[in-house]
Amino acid sequence: MQVKVLSARFDIPDAHKIEVAKENGAYSTLEKLFEMQPVDVIELVKQSGLRGRGGAGFPTGLKWSFLPKNNTKPVYLAVNSDESEPATFKDRYILVRDPHMMIEGIIICCYAIGSHDAYIYIRGEYTTQVKALQAAIDEAYAAGYLGQSIDGKDFRLDVTVHRGAGAYVCGEETALLESVEGRKGQPRSKPPFPAVEGLYGCPTIINNVQSIASLPFILTNGPDAYKAFGTEKSPGTHLFGISGLVKNPGMYELPLGLPILEVIEKVAGGLRDGRKLKGIIPGGSSTPVLTPEEAQTVTLDYESMAAHKTMFGSGGIVVLDDTVDIVKLVENLIYFYHHESCGQCTPCREGLGWMLKIVKKIVRGEGTTADIDLLRELCDNIEMKTVCVLSAACTMPVRSYLNKFRHEFEAYVKSDVSCQTAM
Amino acid sequence: MSDRSQLIETGIPFTFDAQRDAEFERLVKRYPTRESMILPALWLAQEQEGWISAEAMGYIADRIGTFASQVFEVATFYTMYNLHPMGKNHICICRTLSCYLLGKQEIVDYLKHDLGIKPGEVSEDGQFSLEEVECLGHCGTAPVVQVNGEFYENMNVDKLKELLATLK
Ligand SMILES: Cc1cc2nc3c(=O)[nH]c(=O)nc-3n(C[C@H](O)[C@H](O)[C@H](O)COP(=O)(O)O)c2cc1C
Ligand code: SF4
Ligand code: FES
Repeated sequence: MQVKVLSARFDIPDAHKIEVAKENGAYSTLEKLFEMQPVDVIELVKQSGLRGRGGAGFPTGLKWSFLPKNNTKPVYLAVNSDESEPATFKDRYILVRDPHMMIEGIIICCYAIGSHDAYIYIRGEYTTQVKALQAAIDEAYAAGYLGQSIDGKDFRLDVTVHRGAGAYVCGEETALLESVEGRKGQPRSKPPFPAVEGLYGCPTIINNVQSIASLPFILTNGPDAYKAFGTEKSPGTHLFGISGLVKNPGMYELPLGLPILEVIEKVAGGLRDGRKLKGIIPGGSSTPVLTPEEAQTVTLDYESMAAHKTMFGSGGIVVLDDTVDIVKLVENLIYFYHHESCGQCTPCREGLGWMLKIVKKIVRGEGTTADIDLLRELCDNIEMKTVCVLSAACTMPVRSYLNKFRHEFEAYVKSDVSCQTAM
Repeated sequence: MSDRSQLIETGIPFTFDAQRDAEFERLVKRYPTRESMILPALWLAQEQEGWISAEAMGYIADRIGTFASQVFEVATFYTMYNLHPMGKNHICICRTLSCYLLGKQEIVDYLKHDLGIKPGEVSEDGQFSLEEVECLGHCGTAPVVQVNGEFYENMNVDKLKELLATLK
């Protein structure tokens, strides 16, 4: 089931070094790139059907075409390497094992969108990763692939690594821009969209690491070769991170469209011995949970996830078995989002705090059925009333647990733990 | 949001050492505004001293040409900026989803017991500090611990004992 498109060089020893990467094809597509017109590069990416791998799945080529025509301001690229969504751990493999694939992708993107300054926003916790990335960038400068004239062509490109410092919200694209500009990571209200008014008030494209790293393959082999993988609406391959209660958790590259249960069984080794499946989080902690029955018909692509009222997200699959206490899991999740709220919208800052208080009360055995309903009501009242979707990233999954595992919440409120603590 | 509004004065003036000074000058050319240097400069200060004092914030503000309050605002918003001295070994344990499912609590409990400190505290001898943090991006090898930036994956109490022995 596994394929090697993005991960083609991952297992080659020292492939993070420019010499080895070049021997294995890195930067070989630049000759072709500079012979093309930028609009044709955008067209090619559109044809490949590549969708953003940061979570929303927005078509990459289409996003680039939103840049204003006849623009006279500088254009910026921000590469999103914040990777802080719980259960997401794919991009760092690119940063460490094949950073030159991403740098080549940055060159392709910047040429297409007419940008001469790219910023890679990397989460602060990625200490070893940031070193690996910076070393690769230094190599690329020394080899003439970055800097004043790329590969001898009349094209300047500077790439700068900007380190975050522990805020999940900075993965949200406008919070990321605020952070690069030297402020708190508080998302901006849209419109204007970054493609029109982004970094320093200039047109800006924000793309995920994996989206950018997919570009060299597409340019070298053509859109049809990319579309040969995946489904019609979800072409290509994806680095999936499978974690939780499976035998072989890990990062696996797969074409899109495979049945989720088969992947868990055959790729991740299935459940631990004697355990039964309770649920699957399909694409990072923000995505609504799937029950084992629902999972029967789910395939790993954007359309199937939407049809099952969940999201493809970031490709971070978490397997929950029958030992998992859903109520405590929900407590853990709400804690995360509350902790990471940037604080500028009342429904998010206060609402998630209330949700945390209520779920803690339920966990302590002091909750009532009315508290379960109140949690549900809070979900409905917080969602879509805030500047960014961080709050919805909490309420959407929480609502799914409340709907699909209500009996577990009820078991908590009906137990007589509360009487014991009262005495 | 967490409350991080303390500001500690050392009484000693702060300046970048030669290496950080050069790095500041290299980076400042990369951004169209000097304010963009706030996060990178805070990192440089923290690398140099291990934490960020009121003097360091003031220095950064002057160096960039902005208000100290803006630097303070940024330093307090981002949780990785240490606003007081940390232990020689700063241990972060992931408390989130996959690590939670795979037994991070056992790791936390062992550390609390062994080091005699709770998350958020520094040991009296200054050797250790402990912190529970959000997802560290290594969920496939959970539970994960980070010591002074170095990742330790697939942790369990036995491996933790070995690790602590090398640190003590
Ligand atoms: C709270 C929040 C956190 C996010 N975190 C990330 C992240 O860590 N990495 C990422 O690539 N996108 C993240 N996103 C999505 C980005 O806002 C943006 O859609 C994405 O980087 C666009 O790139 P793409 O089109 O290539 O996917 C996050 C969004 C939200 C609302
Ligand atoms: S929804 Fe939450 S994280 Fe997003 S802008 Fe509002 S307060 Fe900040
Ligand atoms: S959940 Fe612990 S590293 Fe991601």
